[in-house]
Amino acid sequence: MNETDFGTLLAIAGLTAISVVTRGFFFISEREWRLPGWAQRGLRYAPIAALAAVIAPDIVLTGGAVEAPWRDARAWGALAAGACYFWRRHDGLVLPLSIAAGMAVYLPLRLVWNW
Amino acid sequence: MNMPLPQPPRDLAPGGRAGAWLGRRVDAIARTARHPLFWVGAREMAGVSVGLTAWAFMTGVAMVKSGMSITEAVLMSLLVFAGSAQLAAIPLIAAGAPLWVIWATAFCVNLRFVVFSLHLREYFMFLPRARRLVLGYLTGDVTYVLYTRRFPRPAETENQRRAQMAYLWGGNCANWVMWQSLSMLGIFMGAALPARWGLEFAGTLALLAMACSLATTRLRALSALIAAGAAVAVFGLPYRLNIVAAITIAVAACLMLERRHGEPAEGRHA
Repeated sequence: MNETDFGTLLAIAGLTAISVVTRGFFFISEREWRLPGWAQRGLRYAPIAALAAVIAPDIVLTGGAVEAPWRDARAWGALAAGACYFWRRHDGLVLPLSIAAGMAVYLPLRLVWNW
Repeated sequence: MNMPLPQPPRDLAPGGRAGAWLGRRVDAIARTARHPLFWVGAREMAGVSVGLTAWAFMTGVAMVKSGMSITEAVLMSLLVFAGSAQLAAIPLIAAGAPLWVIWATAFCVNLRFVVFSLHLREYFMFLPRARRLVLGYLTGDVTYVLYTRRFPRPAETENQRRAQMAYLWGGNCANWVMWQSLSMLGIFMGAALPARWGLEFAGTLALLAMACSLATTRLRALSALIAAGAAVAVFGLPYRLNIVAAITIAVAACLMLERRHGEPAEGRHA
């Protein structure tokens, strides 16, 4: 089906290194050491910012432009998933529930109404 | 029970030394796996894994649906072993973004593990470096949470250490097996599902749910909103630089707001 290409393999190798380095970041050195204060505080905001930056264009953009998100299955699916998350946030299964709720809104809109 | 192996004689040939080393490793692994807490860890992990298996399945589907080959998808699942970083990297790889943008994005998504590693440091420092890194690499979000909840403080005696390590290895092994098998299922079944269904959207929803779970303070939620708005506003930048730009803008804005309004220094973090 799809071809394996060298660039993707290189990307995967780098991502593997990133998994090892971030999960073991403070185990690498024996010495006790700390990050500078701004970096330590930045750690609180960077992961959620990265996730939001990745998903937002995937939810509202069509071919690089915002196009009637109220007639877009993705926007409604995302709204449903977010609403479900905050409604059920103390439930142990909240992650799969939210994904299921989002897909339950997204699939009919996309397959039946072609949104 | 649990008799240690006898010390091998000192004057062994290289082959014999390798054999003795291997024997000691196998013995140590068997002792960990026989420890009752190994199975407690595995069972507790299995109890919370329903959500994780759905996530793994979708990561598999998202990989093949984005146009990766089966080889690439299998390698990525086995080696990278990080659901959210994989899901974030997949569309960037598909769009042909430059390597450094892919890596910078995955690094930012993975920064939460840096925080975990600072916490786990006091639990792991008695291990040699290579062993610490392997154990850290295999410890994902859920096993980290279960482990530190069960053991609020690091071990002090040899017995406690063995118990903690057995529990963690049990959880990690269960996690790894479930994650990889469902991810493989997603890769091979995903290839057979029709593209019209747009199932890769489930990957976006998984990241959305993950982002919601990180929004534990008002400033963090604001960071997400700023980053989302900025990523859309500067989408026209080449090489998918909009992602790196959006992260930088959001983090800088939150750090400035924090300085002005003073969010509690080690506030209500996740």
